[in-house]
Amino acid sequence: MAEELYELDENLPVNPVESLLRMDRMPHIWCPGCGIGTTVNCFAQALESSGLDLRKTAIVSGIGCTGRVAGYLNLDSFHTTHGRAIPFATGLKLANPELKVVVYSGDGDLSAIGGNHFIHAARRNMDVTVILINNSTYGMTGGQVAPTTPMTAVASTTPYGNFESAFNLPALAESCGAVYVARWTAFHVRHTTKAIKEALLKKGFSFVEILAPCPTLYSRRNKLGDGLAQMVYYRENSEIRHGADTKDVALEFQGKIIVGKFVDRVRPTFGEAMDRYLRERLGADYLPATAGGA
Amino acid sequence: MARTEIKIGGFGGQGVILSGYIIGRAASIYDNKFATMIQAFGPEARGSACSAQVIVAEDPIAYPYITSPTQMVLMSQEAFSRFSPELAEGGLLITEEDLVTVRNLRPGIRHLSIPATRIAEELGKRMVLNIVMMGFYGAVAGVTSKEALRKAVEVSVPKGTEALNLSAFEKGWTFAGR
Amino acid sequence: MNADPAGVLTGAHFIDGDHACCEGAIAAGCRFVAGYPITPSTEVVERIAERFPRVGGVFIQMEDEIASSIAIQGAVWAGKKAMTVTSGPGFSLMMEHVGFAAMTETPCVFVNVQRAGPSTGLPTQPAQGDMMQARWGSHGDYQAIAVCPNSPQECFDLTIKAFNLSEQYRVPVFLMMDECVGHMTERVLIPPAEEISLVPRRWFLGSPENYEPFRAGPDMVPQMVKAGDGFHIHVTGLTHDERGYPNMSVPAQEKLVQRLHDKITKHSATIADYVEDQVEGADIVVVTYGITSRTALPAIERARKEGLKVGHLRLVVVWPFPEHRIRELASRISAFVVPEMNMGQVVLEVERCSAGKVPATLVGHTGGTVHVPEDIYQGIVNSRKGR
Repeated sequence: MAEELYELDENLPVNPVESLLRMDRMPHIWCPGCGIGTTVNCFAQALESSGLDLRKTAIVSGIGCTGRVAGYLNLDSFHTTHGRAIPFATGLKLANPELKVVVYSGDGDLSAIGGNHFIHAARRNMDVTVILINNSTYGMTGGQVAPTTPMTAVASTTPYGNFESAFNLPALAESCGAVYVARWTAFHVRHTTKAIKEALLKKGFSFVEILAPCPTLYSRRNKLGDGLAQMVYYRENSEIRHGADTKDVALEFQGKIIVGKFVDRVRPTFGEAMDRYLRERLGADYLPATAGGA
Repeated sequence: MARTEIKIGGFGGQGVILSGYIIGRAASIYDNKFATMIQAFGPEARGSACSAQVIVAEDPIAYPYITSPTQMVLMSQEAFSRFSPELAEGGLLITEEDLVTVRNLRPGIRHLSIPATRIAEELGKRMVLNIVMMGFYGAVAGVTSKEALRKAVEVSVPKGTEALNLSAFEKGWTFAGR
Repeated sequence: MNADPAGVLTGAHFIDGDHACCEGAIAAGCRFVAGYPITPSTEVVERIAERFPRVGGVFIQMEDEIASSIAIQGAVWAGKKAMTVTSGPGFSLMMEHVGFAAMTETPCVFVNVQRAGPSTGLPTQPAQGDMMQARWGSHGDYQAIAVCPNSPQECFDLTIKAFNLSEQYRVPVFLMMDECVGHMTERVLIPPAEEISLVPRRWFLGSPENYEPFRAGPDMVPQMVKAGDGFHIHVTGLTHDERGYPNMSVPAQEKLVQRLHDKITKHSATIADYVEDQVEGADIVVVTYGITSRTALPAIERARKEGLKVGHLRLVVVWPFPEHRIRELASRISAFVVPEMNMGQVVLEVERCSAGKVPATLVGHTGGTVHVPEDIYQGIVNSRKGR
């Protein structure tokens, strides 16, 4: 299994994703060993192979280390406010349904301050792809406890260890109505790429959680070694279990990580439901929105 | 006086707000006068007493609230107890005969009543009692023309109920001429 | 550019200020509204929800005001004209996104049907207590535009004006209504579409290689493109350069914030909108805005009848504040009287611009209802005694 993932495609160009990045903004801000850049590479490859029209693809981020992703991608990119990437994306998508809208942000941004928007967008089945990089902490502000920090882990605001329960994000997403839910780690680059591609091509609220090391602020504080050591942890402790019941995939401090595609189902999106319902109710009086208009 | 201040009172569901709306619409849209309507919001609007106020004037209305109502249309006992003391001297009071027992009225008030509920029931729909009241009000108050008020009734009531409401309006108007 | 006839309900209507605001927005070309229910503004979005499916608009009731105030900005960057509607508590929640709109130069309209605060206060009753919040509510330095209607007719007219100003200067614009105006029903004349002139979005029409999203011309307002046009723009709330890229340097901050400031202040004479009545030769000038411009009239009339030389300066646009006009008047009148339904907000601006030359008397009010004209009359009389 693992061997298959690491077969190199010899036809790949030297830097296959360069055209998708804003190279004039390099070098990026991420620390050595950080997993975010790896996920961006996966995203870029997924995007390229997805066949999506890059002119019609927009990316929206919130605030934080992962929040900087939007700014490095050569797409229409929006670096919004803390926690609010999803409602911004909602407006963008509804105002121009031709756009493919991707939200790319961190665990604190999307599940703490933005948690309310996350659950409601999933409930509505808003047609956006949400890629959440879970590094178990708030990196940009110095390693504070997050809703995703495992129990007992040390953070700058839980100096004696965390005693709050963490979110099980795949279960949260599924219970709220997401139509695609997957989890991988920064170690699983091929799986991650495939999952992102599937999510991008899925209609409705698709959600990919990617665990990524934060060596500077999470690993070091918890004596977990460097970024590479965390990758070893991912490799040795991940178990691929497609279709797993999301109730069983909660994370524990340095515990087993269940990865895989957990949910892939069909529900009408907000836009589809709105169109169908209003057309039924109003008949010829219904005038669906078109792109543009200002 | 160029400014007529009207208060309409009753309980929720009687069409109090709609009555205010009809007077205001008649005056400002069809009679080319000026009208400002304000409905009671807040705890008052959620309780049993419901009211609307309308100002009708020949000139633009600056101050939007009524300060000394010169006309009142009251359709419940509670509205009567609560609002009638505010009625200006020489004012006109119109009540629903069976729903309001008028007592302790100050001298100098012109009081008229109409059994609007009974008339509405005779028409087959108790709901149109407020439109009967509007017909009666229109005939005795002299604030709006009959045509304007009639038209306002016609366009303000739910679609499909126009004929019923217009006959309620006529009944009220005719009752005044008895 | 004129309004699209499909959305304009030409004719005479007897509707309240909230409904008139909705019609103004539709006439202005607004086709995206996100909101969260809050008294006394809810009727605006209720009517939007009913009207939009028939005019090609999208309404979404979001999970809160924070979401509403950023969803509209997503819609703007997708090419729509958009607004959100709220009242005090919701307005407070929206403040971060007022700053985001200012920083990213996102044209959009925030409607605040003001009610009495602080906090939950009197949800169903009027006040003007959010005027300074409209000016300074978001953190950092930015300039605001706020317009104040005093009737349902103006709720229609000034909603259109708010959209036009937002497009002209690429700023968030506040329509500062109040519960009295919002729930007051009067005649509203909606003109034919061809008589409603609109400011279209200031689109960039060249090709991507010649485009920098935040490079402005002489009028300091950059031209816009939208997502999906193939420009691959970057928009950020961080301090940015002309390309839209984050730039954490002091010169970049200075350049950007100065321009955001100047694009309003240097056009303040054009944006200014006030109505004067007998201000020339006046001894006392009553400065009003919104509903107080009506409640003050009986007081002004009475004072005039008694021989006082009272002028009336009614601010239609409160922000930017017409500093120049107040300064001019301060050098030749003897007193300002400022009735407002708060404990003293716009009066501070009048005082600042009077610079100690003449007193500015507040006729304050905690809100809950409008002023009784008697109080304003007393304010006028006392302003003379005070000298």
